[in-house]
Amino acid sequence: MSWITLGDWRPEWLTPTVMDIAVAMIQAVVILLVAVLVGAILTVVERRLLGWWQDRYGPNRVGPFGSLQVVADMIKIFFKEDWIPPFADRTLFVLAPAIAMASLLLSFMIIPITPGWGVADWNIGLLFFLAMGGINVYSVLLGGWASANKYALIGAMRSSAQTISYEVFMGLSLMGVVAMAGTFNLREIVNAQQGMWYIVPQFLGFCNFLIAGFAVVHRHPFDQPEAEQELADGYHVEYSSMKFGMFFIGEYVGMLLISALVVTLFFGGWHGPLLSPIVWFVLKTSVFLMLFILVRAALPRPRYDRVMTFGWIVCLPLTLINLLVTGAVILLVAPG
Amino acid sequence: MEYAFYLSGLVAVLATLGVISNTNPVHGVLYLVVSLLAVAMVFFALGAPFAGALEIIVYAGAIMVLFVFVVMMLNLGETAVAQERIWLQPRTWLGPSLLAGVLLLTLIDLLLRGDGGVLVQGDVLSAKQVGTILFGPWLLVVELSALLLLAALVTASHVGRLRHPGSDSKIGEDAP
Repeated sequence: MSWITLGDWRPEWLTPTVMDIAVAMIQAVVILLVAVLVGAILTVVERRLLGWWQDRYGPNRVGPFGSLQVVADMIKIFFKEDWIPPFADRTLFVLAPAIAMASLLLSFMIIPITPGWGVADWNIGLLFFLAMGGINVYSVLLGGWASANKYALIGAMRSSAQTISYEVFMGLSLMGVVAMAGTFNLREIVNAQQGMWYIVPQFLGFCNFLIAGFAVVHRHPFDQPEAEQELADGYHVEYSSMKFGMFFIGEYVGMLLISALVVTLFFGGWHGPLLSPIVWFVLKTSVFLMLFILVRAALPRPRYDRVMTFGWIVCLPLTLINLLVTGAVILLVAPG
Repeated sequence: MEYAFYLSGLVAVLATLGVISNTNPVHGVLYLVVSLLAVAMVFFALGAPFAGALEIIVYAGAIMVLFVFVVMMLNLGETAVAQERIWLQPRTWLGPSLLAGVLLLTLIDLLLRGDGGVLVQGDVLSAKQVGTILFGPWLLVVELSALLLLAALVTASHVGRLRHPGSDSKIGEDAP
Protein backbone atom coordinates (compact mmCIF):
# COMPACT_ATOMS: atom_id res chain seq x y z
CA MET A 1 0.00 0.00 0.00
CA SER A 2 1.36 3.38 -0.94
CA TRP A 3 1.55 5.96 1.79
CA ILE A 4 0.80 9.62 1.91
CA THR A 5 3.86 11.23 3.44
CA LEU A 6 2.77 13.25 6.39
CA GLY A 7 5.98 15.16 7.08
CA ASP A 8 7.17 15.89 10.59
CA TRP A 9 3.91 16.92 12.19
CA ARG A 10 2.68 13.36 12.66
CA PRO A 11 1.37 12.99 16.23
CA GLU A 12 2.71 10.39 18.64
CA TRP A 13 -0.28 8.06 18.53
CA LEU A 14 -0.35 7.92 14.74
CA THR A 15 1.83 4.85 14.35
CA PRO A 16 1.82 2.84 11.11
CA THR A 17 -0.41 0.25 12.82
CA VAL A 18 -3.01 2.89 13.65
CA MET A 19 -2.78 4.17 10.08
CA ASP A 20 -3.29 0.65 8.73
CA ILE A 21 -6.35 0.16 10.89
CA ALA A 22 -7.78 3.55 9.91
CA VAL A 23 -7.27 2.89 6.19
CA ALA A 24 -8.86 -0.55 6.51
CA MET A 25 -11.85 0.92 8.33
CA ILE A 26 -12.32 3.68 5.77
CA GLN A 27 -12.11 1.10 2.97
CA ALA A 28 -14.73 -1.05 4.71
CA VAL A 29 -17.12 1.88 5.13
CA VAL A 30 -16.64 3.00 1.52
CA ILE A 31 -17.25 -0.52 0.19
CA LEU A 32 -20.38 -0.82 2.36
CA LEU A 33 -21.79 2.53 1.19
CA VAL A 34 -20.99 1.84 -2.46
CA ALA A 35 -22.67 -1.58 -2.24
CA VAL A 36 -25.86 -0.11 -0.77
CA LEU A 37 -25.88 2.82 -3.20
CA VAL A 38 -25.33 0.62 -6.24
CA GLY A 39 -28.13 -1.62 -4.96
CA ALA A 40 -30.47 1.36 -4.75
CA ILE A 41 -29.51 2.71 -8.16
CA LEU A 42 -29.87 -0.73 -9.73
CA THR A 43 -33.60 -0.76 -8.94
CA VAL A 44 -34.09 2.10 -11.39
CA VAL A 45 -31.50 0.90 -13.88
CA GLU A 46 -33.33 -2.40 -14.03
CA ARG A 47 -36.68 -0.77 -14.73
CA ARG A 48 -35.20 1.42 -17.45
CA LEU A 49 -33.45 -1.49 -19.10
CA LEU A 50 -36.51 -3.74 -18.88
CA GLY A 51 -38.51 -0.96 -20.49
CA TRP A 52 -35.91 -0.55 -23.22
CA TRP A 53 -35.82 -4.27 -24.01
CA GLN A 54 -39.61 -4.48 -24.01
CA ASP A 55 -40.00 -1.53 -26.37
CA ARG A 56 -41.36 1.01 -23.88
CA TYR A 57 -39.89 3.91 -21.92
CA GLY A 58 -39.77 2.81 -18.29
CA PRO A 59 -39.61 5.51 -15.58
CA ASN A 60 -38.48 8.66 -17.42
CA ARG A 61 -40.37 11.51 -15.70
CA VAL A 62 -38.35 12.41 -12.59
CA GLY A 63 -35.29 14.44 -13.47
CA PRO A 64 -33.40 14.31 -16.78
CA PHE A 65 -33.98 10.86 -18.41
CA GLY A 66 -35.56 9.62 -15.18
CA SER A 67 -32.24 9.81 -13.36
CA LEU A 68 -33.80 11.13 -10.14
CA GLN A 69 -36.35 8.30 -9.95
CA VAL A 70 -34.21 6.57 -7.31
CA VAL A 71 -34.42 9.66 -5.08
CA ALA A 72 -38.20 9.77 -5.46
CA ASP A 73 -38.45 6.07 -4.66
CA MET A 74 -36.29 6.45 -1.57
CA ILE A 75 -38.31 9.43 -0.27
CA LYS A 76 -41.51 7.46 -0.79
CA ILE A 77 -40.18 4.33 0.91
CA PHE A 78 -38.84 6.30 3.90
CA PHE A 79 -42.06 8.20 4.55
CA LYS A 80 -44.53 5.37 4.16
CA GLU A 81 -46.27 4.13 7.29
CA ASP A 82 -44.22 1.40 8.93
CA TRP A 83 -46.96 -1.09 9.71
CA ILE A 84 -46.59 -4.33 11.64
CA PRO A 85 -49.66 -6.55 11.38
CA PRO A 86 -51.22 -7.18 14.83
CA PHE A 87 -51.29 -10.93 14.17
CA ALA A 88 -47.60 -11.07 13.23
CA ASP A 89 -44.77 -12.39 15.39
CA ARG A 90 -43.23 -8.99 16.13
CA THR A 91 -39.64 -9.96 16.98
CA LEU A 92 -39.12 -12.20 13.98
CA PHE A 93 -41.02 -9.82 11.72
CA VAL A 94 -38.49 -7.09 12.52
CA LEU A 95 -35.51 -9.43 12.52
CA ALA A 96 -36.13 -10.91 9.04
CA PRO A 97 -35.35 -7.84 6.87
CA ALA A 98 -32.28 -7.10 8.99
CA ILE A 99 -30.93 -10.59 8.28
CA ALA A 100 -31.72 -10.18 4.58
CA MET A 101 -29.63 -7.05 4.28
CA ALA A 102 -26.88 -7.74 6.82
CA SER A 103 -25.89 -11.22 5.66
CA LEU A 104 -25.43 -10.08 2.06
CA LEU A 105 -23.59 -6.88 2.99
CA LEU A 106 -21.25 -8.81 5.28
CA SER A 107 -20.30 -11.05 2.37
CA PHE A 108 -18.74 -8.06 0.60
CA MET A 109 -15.94 -8.26 3.17
CA ILE A 110 -14.25 -11.13 1.41
CA ILE A 111 -14.27 -9.73 -2.13
CA PRO A 112 -10.90 -8.39 -3.24
CA ILE A 113 -11.71 -5.45 -5.50
CA THR A 114 -8.22 -4.30 -6.51
CA PRO A 115 -4.74 -5.26 -5.27
CA GLY A 116 -5.06 -2.55 -2.59
CA TRP A 117 -8.78 -2.65 -1.90
CA GLY A 118 -10.73 -5.23 0.04
CA VAL A 119 -11.78 -5.62 3.65
CA ALA A 120 -10.89 -9.09 4.86
CA ASP A 121 -8.11 -11.27 3.49
CA TRP A 122 -9.11 -14.58 5.02
CA ASN A 123 -8.08 -18.13 4.33
CA ILE A 124 -11.71 -19.20 4.70
CA GLY A 125 -13.01 -16.44 2.42
CA LEU A 126 -15.16 -18.55 0.12
CA LEU A 127 -16.55 -20.54 3.04
CA PHE A 128 -17.58 -17.27 4.67
CA PHE A 129 -19.68 -16.46 1.62
CA LEU A 130 -21.32 -19.89 1.75
CA ALA A 131 -22.04 -19.42 5.45
CA MET A 132 -23.61 -16.01 4.89
CA GLY A 133 -25.62 -17.43 1.99
CA GLY A 134 -26.92 -20.08 4.38
CA ILE A 135 -27.87 -17.47 6.99
CA ASN A 136 -29.56 -15.32 4.35
CA VAL A 137 -32.16 -18.06 3.80
CA TYR A 138 -33.59 -17.39 7.26
CA SER A 139 -34.69 -13.90 6.25
CA VAL A 140 -37.14 -15.37 3.75
CA LEU A 141 -38.23 -18.20 6.04
CA LEU A 142 -38.76 -15.96 9.07
CA GLY A 143 -40.32 -13.15 7.09
CA GLY A 144 -42.81 -15.56 5.55
CA TRP A 145 -43.60 -17.31 8.80
CA ALA A 146 -43.78 -14.25 11.05
CA SER A 147 -46.21 -12.50 8.69
CA ALA A 148 -48.89 -15.10 9.53
CA ASN A 149 -50.20 -14.72 6.00
CA LYS A 150 -51.00 -17.63 3.71
CA TYR A 151 -49.28 -16.18 0.66
CA ALA A 152 -46.22 -15.28 2.69
CA LEU A 153 -46.05 -18.76 4.19
CA ILE A 154 -46.34 -20.42 0.78
CA GLY A 155 -43.53 -18.18 -0.41
CA ALA A 156 -41.37 -19.16 2.56
CA MET A 157 -42.10 -22.85 1.99
CA ARG A 158 -41.10 -22.60 -1.65
CA SER A 159 -37.97 -20.78 -0.64
CA SER A 160 -36.88 -23.49 1.78
CA ALA A 161 -37.66 -26.22 -0.74
CA GLN A 162 -35.58 -24.34 -3.29
CA THR A 163 -32.77 -23.74 -0.82
CA ILE A 164 -32.37 -27.41 -0.09
CA SER A 165 -32.01 -28.09 -3.80
CA TYR A 166 -29.52 -25.38 -4.73
CA GLU A 167 -27.26 -25.13 -1.69
CA VAL A 168 -25.65 -28.51 -2.28
CA PHE A 169 -24.62 -27.90 -5.86
CA MET A 170 -23.67 -24.28 -5.20
CA GLY A 171 -21.00 -25.36 -2.74
CA LEU A 172 -19.83 -28.18 -5.00
CA SER A 173 -19.67 -25.98 -8.11
CA LEU A 174 -17.12 -23.75 -6.35
CA MET A 175 -14.92 -26.62 -5.25
CA GLY A 176 -13.44 -26.99 -8.75
CA VAL A 177 -12.05 -23.46 -8.46
CA VAL A 178 -10.83 -24.15 -4.94
CA ALA A 179 -9.10 -27.33 -6.09
CA MET A 180 -7.35 -25.52 -8.95
CA ALA A 181 -6.23 -22.55 -6.87
CA GLY A 182 -5.51 -24.70 -3.83
CA THR A 183 -7.04 -22.16 -1.44
CA PHE A 184 -10.30 -20.67 -0.19
CA ASN A 185 -8.65 -17.25 -0.09
CA LEU A 186 -10.27 -15.09 -2.79
CA ARG A 187 -7.23 -12.84 -3.23
CA GLU A 188 -5.06 -15.86 -3.93
CA ILE A 189 -7.73 -17.26 -6.26
CA VAL A 190 -7.64 -14.02 -8.26
CA ASN A 191 -3.84 -14.08 -8.39
CA ALA A 192 -3.90 -17.70 -9.56
CA GLN A 193 -5.88 -16.58 -12.61
CA GLN A 194 -3.14 -14.37 -14.05
CA GLY A 195 -2.32 -16.88 -16.78
CA MET A 196 -5.82 -18.05 -17.60
CA TRP A 197 -9.23 -17.13 -16.26
CA TYR A 198 -10.99 -20.02 -14.57
CA ILE A 199 -13.98 -19.68 -16.89
CA VAL A 200 -12.03 -21.81 -19.41
CA PRO A 201 -11.17 -24.89 -17.30
CA GLN A 202 -14.16 -24.49 -14.99
CA PHE A 203 -16.92 -23.77 -17.49
CA LEU A 204 -19.31 -26.30 -15.95
CA GLY A 205 -18.60 -24.93 -12.48
CA PHE A 206 -19.29 -21.42 -13.76
CA CYS A 207 -22.65 -22.41 -15.29
CA ASN A 208 -23.75 -24.15 -12.12
CA PHE A 209 -22.60 -21.36 -9.84
CA LEU A 210 -24.42 -18.78 -11.95
CA ILE A 211 -27.65 -20.82 -11.74
CA ALA A 212 -27.21 -21.23 -7.98
CA GLY A 213 -26.40 -17.52 -7.70
CA PHE A 214 -29.71 -16.62 -9.32
CA ALA A 215 -31.41 -18.89 -6.80
CA VAL A 216 -29.55 -17.40 -3.81
CA VAL A 217 -30.88 -13.91 -4.46
CA HIS A 218 -34.33 -15.14 -5.63
CA ARG A 219 -33.94 -13.50 -8.97
CA HIS A 220 -35.95 -14.46 -11.99
CA PRO A 221 -36.30 -17.32 -13.05
CA PHE A 222 -35.87 -18.57 -9.45
CA ASP A 223 -38.18 -16.03 -7.83
CA GLN A 224 -40.88 -18.57 -6.93
CA PRO A 225 -40.81 -17.38 -3.27
CA GLU A 226 -42.09 -13.97 -4.35
CA ALA A 227 -43.84 -14.81 -7.65
CA GLU A 228 -45.97 -11.68 -7.82
CA GLN A 229 -48.51 -13.11 -10.26
CA GLU A 230 -49.41 -16.10 -8.08
CA LEU A 231 -48.41 -15.10 -4.56
CA ALA A 232 -48.77 -11.31 -4.63
CA ASP A 233 -45.07 -10.88 -3.64
CA GLY A 234 -44.87 -13.98 -1.47
CA TYR A 235 -42.81 -13.75 1.69
CA HIS A 236 -42.73 -9.95 1.98
CA VAL A 237 -46.39 -9.30 1.19
CA GLU A 238 -47.06 -7.93 4.71
CA TYR A 239 -44.02 -5.65 4.77
CA SER A 240 -44.14 -1.93 4.18
CA SER A 241 -41.87 1.10 4.32
CA MET A 242 -38.18 0.57 5.12
CA LYS A 243 -38.66 -3.05 6.15
CA PHE A 244 -39.85 -3.77 2.64
CA GLY A 245 -37.04 -1.55 1.42
CA MET A 246 -34.49 -3.79 3.15
CA PHE A 247 -35.80 -6.87 1.32
CA PHE A 248 -36.01 -4.91 -1.92
CA ILE A 249 -32.55 -3.32 -1.83
CA GLY A 250 -31.19 -6.53 -0.32
CA GLU A 251 -32.12 -8.36 -3.51
CA TYR A 252 -30.11 -5.92 -5.62
CA VAL A 253 -27.20 -5.97 -3.18
CA GLY A 254 -27.32 -9.74 -3.61
CA MET A 255 -27.16 -9.35 -7.38
CA LEU A 256 -24.11 -7.15 -7.00
CA LEU A 257 -22.51 -9.66 -4.63
CA ILE A 258 -23.06 -12.63 -6.94
CA SER A 259 -21.79 -10.65 -9.95
CA ALA A 260 -18.68 -9.58 -8.05
CA LEU A 261 -18.10 -13.16 -6.89
CA VAL A 262 -18.48 -14.58 -10.40
CA VAL A 263 -15.94 -12.02 -11.62
CA THR A 264 -13.57 -12.85 -8.77
CA LEU A 265 -13.84 -16.61 -9.11
CA PHE A 266 -14.12 -17.18 -12.85
CA PHE A 267 -13.16 -13.99 -14.69
CA GLY A 268 -9.84 -13.07 -13.15
CA GLY A 269 -11.07 -10.34 -10.78
CA TRP A 270 -9.20 -7.11 -11.44
CA HIS A 271 -6.82 -8.62 -14.03
CA GLY A 272 -6.93 -7.24 -17.56
CA PRO A 273 -4.78 -5.35 -20.05
CA LEU A 274 -4.36 -1.56 -20.41
CA LEU A 275 -7.05 -0.29 -18.02
CA SER A 276 -6.55 0.08 -14.30
CA PRO A 277 -7.69 -2.75 -11.97
CA ILE A 278 -10.73 -0.93 -10.58
CA VAL A 279 -12.03 -0.18 -14.08
CA TRP A 280 -11.72 -3.82 -15.07
CA PHE A 281 -13.49 -4.96 -11.93
CA VAL A 282 -16.36 -2.52 -12.39
CA LEU A 283 -16.70 -3.35 -16.09
CA LYS A 284 -16.79 -7.10 -15.55
CA THR A 285 -19.23 -6.79 -12.66
CA SER A 286 -21.53 -4.56 -14.72
CA VAL A 287 -21.67 -7.19 -17.45
CA PHE A 288 -23.06 -9.72 -15.00
CA LEU A 289 -25.49 -7.22 -13.51
CA MET A 290 -26.80 -6.68 -17.05
CA LEU A 291 -27.05 -10.45 -17.46
CA PHE A 292 -29.19 -10.66 -14.30
CA ILE A 293 -31.57 -8.05 -15.70
CA LEU A 294 -31.58 -9.50 -19.23
CA VAL A 295 -32.50 -12.93 -17.87
CA ARG A 296 -35.45 -11.39 -16.06
CA ALA A 297 -36.60 -9.76 -19.28
CA ALA A 298 -36.12 -12.89 -21.37
CA LEU A 299 -37.10 -16.03 -19.45
CA PRO A 300 -40.44 -17.28 -18.12
CA ARG A 301 -40.72 -18.62 -14.59
CA PRO A 302 -40.71 -22.43 -14.23
CA ARG A 303 -42.84 -24.29 -11.70
CA TYR A 304 -41.00 -24.66 -8.41
CA ASP A 305 -41.05 -28.47 -8.34
CA ARG A 306 -39.44 -28.37 -11.78
CA VAL A 307 -36.73 -26.13 -10.34
CA MET A 308 -36.08 -28.68 -7.62
CA THR A 309 -35.97 -31.56 -10.11
CA PHE A 310 -33.59 -29.57 -12.31
CA GLY A 311 -31.32 -28.88 -9.35
CA TRP A 312 -31.07 -32.47 -8.21
CA ILE A 313 -31.11 -34.32 -11.55
CA VAL A 314 -29.14 -31.97 -13.82
CA CYS A 315 -27.02 -29.57 -11.78
CA LEU A 316 -25.85 -31.83 -8.95
CA PRO A 317 -24.50 -34.63 -11.23
CA LEU A 318 -22.89 -32.01 -13.49
CA THR A 319 -21.03 -30.42 -10.57
CA LEU A 320 -19.93 -33.83 -9.32
CA ILE A 321 -18.61 -34.77 -12.78
CA ASN A 322 -16.88 -31.38 -12.99
CA LEU A 323 -15.22 -31.91 -9.61
CA LEU A 324 -14.15 -35.45 -10.54
CA VAL A 325 -12.61 -34.38 -13.86
CA THR A 326 -10.92 -31.36 -12.25
CA GLY A 327 -9.39 -33.57 -9.58
CA ALA A 328 -8.19 -36.08 -12.15
CA VAL A 329 -6.62 -33.38 -14.34
CA ILE A 330 -4.90 -31.77 -11.35
CA LEU A 331 -3.46 -35.14 -10.33
CA LEU A 332 -2.31 -35.83 -13.92
CA VAL A 333 -0.67 -32.45 -14.47
CA ALA A 334 0.92 -31.99 -11.05
CA PRO A 335 1.03 -35.22 -9.05
CA GLY A 336 1.69 -34.98 -5.32
CA MET B 1 -8.93 -14.60 22.24
CA GLU B 2 -9.80 -16.08 25.61
CA TYR B 3 -12.64 -13.62 26.30
CA ALA B 4 -14.19 -14.47 22.90
CA PHE B 5 -14.07 -18.13 23.82
CA TYR B 6 -15.79 -17.67 27.15
CA LEU B 7 -18.31 -15.14 25.84
CA SER B 8 -19.44 -17.29 22.91
CA GLY B 9 -19.46 -20.33 25.18
CA LEU B 10 -21.81 -18.47 27.51
CA VAL B 11 -24.03 -17.48 24.59
CA ALA B 12 -24.11 -21.10 23.42
CA VAL B 13 -25.21 -22.31 26.86
CA LEU B 14 -27.86 -19.60 27.26
CA ALA B 15 -29.21 -20.15 23.74
CA THR B 16 -29.41 -23.89 24.34
CA LEU B 17 -31.36 -23.20 27.54
CA GLY B 18 -33.64 -21.07 25.39
CA VAL B 19 -34.18 -24.02 23.02
CA ILE B 20 -35.38 -26.17 25.90
CA SER B 21 -37.44 -23.64 27.80
CA ASN B 22 -39.13 -21.89 24.87
CA THR B 23 -42.74 -22.88 24.25
CA ASN B 24 -42.93 -21.64 20.66
CA PRO B 25 -41.40 -24.27 18.34
CA VAL B 26 -40.12 -21.79 15.76
CA HIS B 27 -38.49 -19.63 18.44
CA GLY B 28 -36.95 -22.78 19.90
CA VAL B 29 -35.43 -23.71 16.56
CA LEU B 30 -34.06 -20.18 16.19
CA TYR B 31 -32.40 -20.41 19.59
CA LEU B 32 -30.78 -23.57 18.30
CA VAL B 33 -29.46 -21.63 15.30
CA VAL B 34 -27.98 -19.02 17.65
CA SER B 35 -26.48 -21.78 19.74
CA LEU B 36 -24.83 -23.31 16.66
CA LEU B 37 -23.49 -19.92 15.60
CA ALA B 38 -22.04 -19.49 19.09
CA VAL B 39 -20.38 -22.90 18.86
CA ALA B 40 -18.91 -21.81 15.52
CA MET B 41 -17.53 -18.75 17.32
CA VAL B 42 -15.96 -21.07 19.90
CA PHE B 43 -14.20 -22.85 17.03
CA PHE B 44 -12.97 -19.50 15.68
CA ALA B 45 -11.68 -18.52 19.12
CA LEU B 46 -9.86 -21.85 19.43
CA GLY B 47 -8.05 -21.21 16.15
CA ALA B 48 -10.03 -23.61 13.96
CA PRO B 49 -11.69 -21.24 11.46
CA PHE B 50 -12.26 -24.06 8.96
CA ALA B 51 -14.31 -26.07 11.44
CA GLY B 52 -16.16 -22.91 12.47
CA ALA B 53 -17.11 -22.03 8.90
CA LEU B 54 -18.25 -25.59 8.23
CA GLU B 55 -20.30 -25.53 11.43
CA ILE B 56 -22.19 -22.50 10.12
CA ILE B 57 -22.58 -23.83 6.56
CA VAL B 58 -23.62 -27.36 7.45
CA TYR B 59 -25.54 -26.98 10.71
CA ALA B 60 -26.82 -23.41 10.88
CA GLY B 61 -27.15 -23.09 7.10
CA ALA B 62 -28.39 -26.43 5.82
CA ILE B 63 -29.67 -28.67 8.59
CA MET B 64 -31.48 -25.98 10.57
CA VAL B 65 -33.22 -24.81 7.40
CA LEU B 66 -34.70 -28.29 7.20
CA PHE B 67 -35.78 -28.04 10.84
CA VAL B 68 -37.44 -24.67 10.28
CA PHE B 69 -39.05 -26.04 7.11
CA VAL B 70 -40.58 -28.99 8.95
CA VAL B 71 -41.74 -26.89 11.92
CA MET B 72 -43.35 -24.41 9.54
CA MET B 73 -44.98 -27.17 7.53
CA LEU B 74 -46.55 -28.74 10.65
CA ASN B 75 -48.24 -25.36 11.22
CA LEU B 76 -48.04 -25.58 15.01
CA GLY B 77 -50.21 -22.91 16.55
CA GLU B 78 -51.59 -22.06 19.97
CA THR B 79 -52.26 -25.71 20.83
CA ALA B 80 -48.60 -26.56 20.47
CA VAL B 81 -47.61 -23.67 22.73
CA ALA B 82 -50.12 -24.82 25.36
CA GLN B 83 -48.86 -28.38 25.11
CA GLU B 84 -45.25 -27.27 25.48
CA ARG B 85 -46.23 -25.25 28.54
CA ILE B 86 -47.70 -28.37 30.14
CA TRP B 87 -44.53 -30.29 29.38
CA LEU B 88 -42.41 -27.64 31.05
CA GLN B 89 -43.77 -28.26 34.54
CA PRO B 90 -41.21 -29.06 37.27
CA ARG B 91 -42.52 -32.62 37.51
CA THR B 92 -41.19 -33.22 33.99
CA TRP B 93 -37.83 -31.49 34.04
CA LEU B 94 -36.76 -32.03 37.64
CA GLY B 95 -35.45 -35.59 37.22
CA PRO B 96 -33.38 -35.08 34.04
CA SER B 97 -31.95 -31.78 35.24
CA LEU B 98 -30.95 -33.36 38.56
CA LEU B 99 -28.99 -36.01 36.67
CA ALA B 100 -27.52 -33.40 34.32
CA GLY B 101 -26.56 -31.35 37.37
CA VAL B 102 -24.53 -34.28 38.72
CA LEU B 103 -22.70 -34.43 35.36
CA LEU B 104 -22.08 -30.68 35.49
CA LEU B 105 -20.64 -30.92 39.01
CA THR B 106 -18.32 -33.70 37.87
CA LEU B 107 -17.21 -31.60 34.91
CA ILE B 108 -16.55 -28.55 37.07
CA ASP B 109 -14.64 -30.68 39.57
CA LEU B 110 -12.48 -32.14 36.79
CA LEU B 111 -11.83 -28.71 35.32
CA LEU B 112 -10.79 -27.34 38.72
CA ARG B 113 -8.37 -30.21 39.33
CA GLY B 114 -6.75 -30.40 35.90
CA ASP B 115 -4.79 -27.55 34.37
CA GLY B 116 -7.35 -25.25 32.76
CA GLY B 117 -4.69 -23.77 30.50
CA VAL B 118 -5.10 -26.69 28.11
CA LEU B 119 -8.52 -25.30 27.19
CA VAL B 120 -7.58 -22.39 24.99
CA GLN B 121 -4.46 -23.50 23.20
CA GLY B 122 -3.44 -25.29 20.05
CA ASP B 123 -2.28 -24.64 16.48
CA VAL B 124 -4.36 -23.06 13.76
CA LEU B 125 -5.52 -25.95 11.60
CA SER B 126 -5.89 -25.27 7.89
CA ALA B 127 -8.40 -26.93 5.59
CA LYS B 128 -5.58 -28.90 3.99
CA GLN B 129 -4.40 -30.36 7.29
CA VAL B 130 -7.92 -31.38 8.26
CA GLY B 131 -8.39 -33.03 4.85
CA THR B 132 -5.05 -34.84 5.00
CA ILE B 133 -5.80 -36.21 8.46
CA LEU B 134 -9.33 -37.26 7.52
CA PHE B 135 -8.30 -39.03 4.33
CA GLY B 136 -5.04 -40.36 5.72
CA PRO B 137 -5.10 -42.23 9.04
CA TRP B 138 -8.89 -41.81 9.47
CA LEU B 139 -9.96 -42.95 5.98
CA LEU B 140 -11.80 -46.00 7.30
CA VAL B 141 -13.94 -43.88 9.64
CA VAL B 142 -14.82 -41.50 6.79
CA GLU B 143 -15.77 -44.43 4.55
CA LEU B 144 -17.86 -45.97 7.32
CA SER B 145 -19.79 -42.77 7.93
CA ALA B 146 -20.33 -42.41 4.17
CA LEU B 147 -21.73 -45.95 4.15
CA LEU B 148 -24.02 -45.08 7.05
CA LEU B 149 -25.30 -42.02 5.22
CA LEU B 150 -25.87 -44.08 2.07
CA ALA B 151 -27.85 -46.64 4.05
CA ALA B 152 -29.95 -43.85 5.56
CA LEU B 153 -30.53 -42.42 2.09
CA VAL B 154 -31.67 -45.76 0.66
CA THR B 155 -33.96 -46.33 3.66
CA ALA B 156 -35.46 -42.86 3.42
CA SER B 157 -36.12 -43.19 -0.30
CA HIS B 158 -37.72 -46.59 0.30
CA VAL B 159 -39.93 -45.39 3.16
CA GLY B 160 -40.88 -42.17 1.44
CA ARG B 161 -41.77 -43.72 -1.91
CA LEU B 162 -45.25 -42.95 -3.19
CA ARG B 163 -47.32 -45.98 -4.15
CA HIS B 164 -50.30 -45.47 -6.40
CA PRO B 165 -52.83 -48.29 -6.04
CA GLY B 166 -53.32 -50.23 -9.25
CA SER B 167 -50.21 -48.88 -10.96
CA ASP B 168 -46.51 -49.50 -10.69
CA SER B 169 -44.65 -47.49 -8.08
CA LYS B 170 -43.55 -44.78 -10.50
CA ILE B 171 -44.19 -41.25 -9.33
CA GLY B 172 -46.62 -39.41 -11.57
CA GLU B 173 -45.53 -36.38 -13.54
CA ASP B 174 -47.64 -34.03 -11.47
CA ALA B 175 -46.85 -35.42 -8.06
CA PRO B 176 -45.20 -32.74 -5.89
